[in-house]
Amino acid sequence: MNLNATILGQSIAFAVFVWFCLKYVWPPVIQALTERQKKIAEGLEAAERAQRDLSLAQNKAADDLKEAKVKSAEIIDMANKRANQIVEDAKDKAREEGQRLIASAKSEIEMEVQRAKEELRAQVAAIAVAGAEKILENSVDQAANEELVKKLASEL
Amino acid sequence: MAESHAAEGFSLAEYESGTEYIAHHLGFLRFGKLPDGSWGFAHSTAEADAMGFWAINVDSMIMSISLAVIFMGLFYSIAKKMTSGVPGGLQNGLEFLVDMVQDTIKNTFFAKNNLIGPLSLTIFCWIFMMNLMDLVPVDWIPLFAQVVAQDSHLYFKAVPTTDINITAGFAISVFVLVIFYSVKIKGMGGFLGEFAFHPFGKWALPLNLVMELPSFFAKPVSLALRLYGNMFAGEMIFLVIALVGWFQLPLHFAWAVFHILIITLQAYLFMMLTVVYLNQAHTKPEAH
Repeated sequence: MNLNATILGQSIAFAVFVWFCLKYVWPPVIQALTERQKKIAEGLEAAERAQRDLSLAQNKAADDLKEAKVKSAEIIDMANKRANQIVEDAKDKAREEGQRLIASAKSEIEMEVQRAKEELRAQVAAIAVAGAEKILENSVDQAANEELVKKLASEL
Repeated sequence: MAESHAAEGFSLAEYESGTEYIAHHLGFLRFGKLPDGSWGFAHSTAEADAMGFWAINVDSMIMSISLAVIFMGLFYSIAKKMTSGVPGGLQNGLEFLVDMVQDTIKNTFFAKNNLIGPLSLTIFCWIFMMNLMDLVPVDWIPLFAQVVAQDSHLYFKAVPTTDINITAGFAISVFVLVIFYSVKIKGMGGFLGEFAFHPFGKWALPLNLVMELPSFFAKPVSLALRLYGNMFAGEMIFLVIALVGWFQLPLHFAWAVFHILIITLQAYLFMMLTVVYLNQAHTKPEAH
């Protein structure tokens, strides 16, 4: 079987290459593997967290939607009420305004009537004087009869 | 042969018989002390055999070390630009190997040791690479060496694992590590005590020694011989197949396909047993 010094040579070479592997090959590979393992673990965890966040967000969105619906219903209600009130107010105001207009028109008419009466009185006095003049066919002392005519006119 | 290559340069070696062909392919390029007392390469098998222990199989060493340089260099270049992001093709390959080695270690090695990983990776890849040379057609590498050396009679063995010295080198290194860690972990007393007081307790000390010592020393021997035997037999069959003319092509293909399994298995087995033996070195045997 010829054993010879090749055994020693091979043993030395073996030691050298194992040392080389231990020093320069193994550590970077293991480091990369461990790092990747960590990355994958982190990635999975992140994915899980994201999913949890997503479901939370979905729940929140549903809640918000419900709340918004309720609120909007409230707002619509309030708006309706407000609108009714505004309409009522407008009606009231219009009624008041109308009454006020009516009242002023009435007083104006009253005033007009009064003025017409005054005018009429004056004209009646003149007519009465003229009539009396025609009847008497002569001029009466204007100053003496003035008082009489005025009295007559005020009785109208 | 010597005259012919002096006269007309390199020519293919011619063999008189199949036996000679096989014998030549099994010879080593061995450097050692020649019968006349000078140092040099052996020119014949008889000369090589006469060299004794202080000789070196240059072909085995060249193949072994250059293969190691090739795969270690490749690993180193991959490891230098290792990324924890998306791995490229080569990095993927290296990671696959490292994963495989780590899985094996996780399943069989229960102590903490930073050497075991690189050691197993080196053993597996190196032995696999050396075994792989078995799949290269049997004449290519020797012929290449003969052309380079311009000597058509040069002995050159292409598969280092068919050299018992190479496999023994691995086995003895592992054995030394086993002893080193046994003593380191259990102390000298604990290590020796395992032989003396195990498995039958202190009253059967001689019996214990008779049982434990051979099984301990059988470890490196079986490691070395298993790999050597498998690869030598495989190589031998390739050589025989190479003698049968044109029929060798399908035969060679069939045996090579089968051999792919063997070379991987043997490399894996060597690594696995190394891990197992080192695990034993790190743990106390169960009490009986």
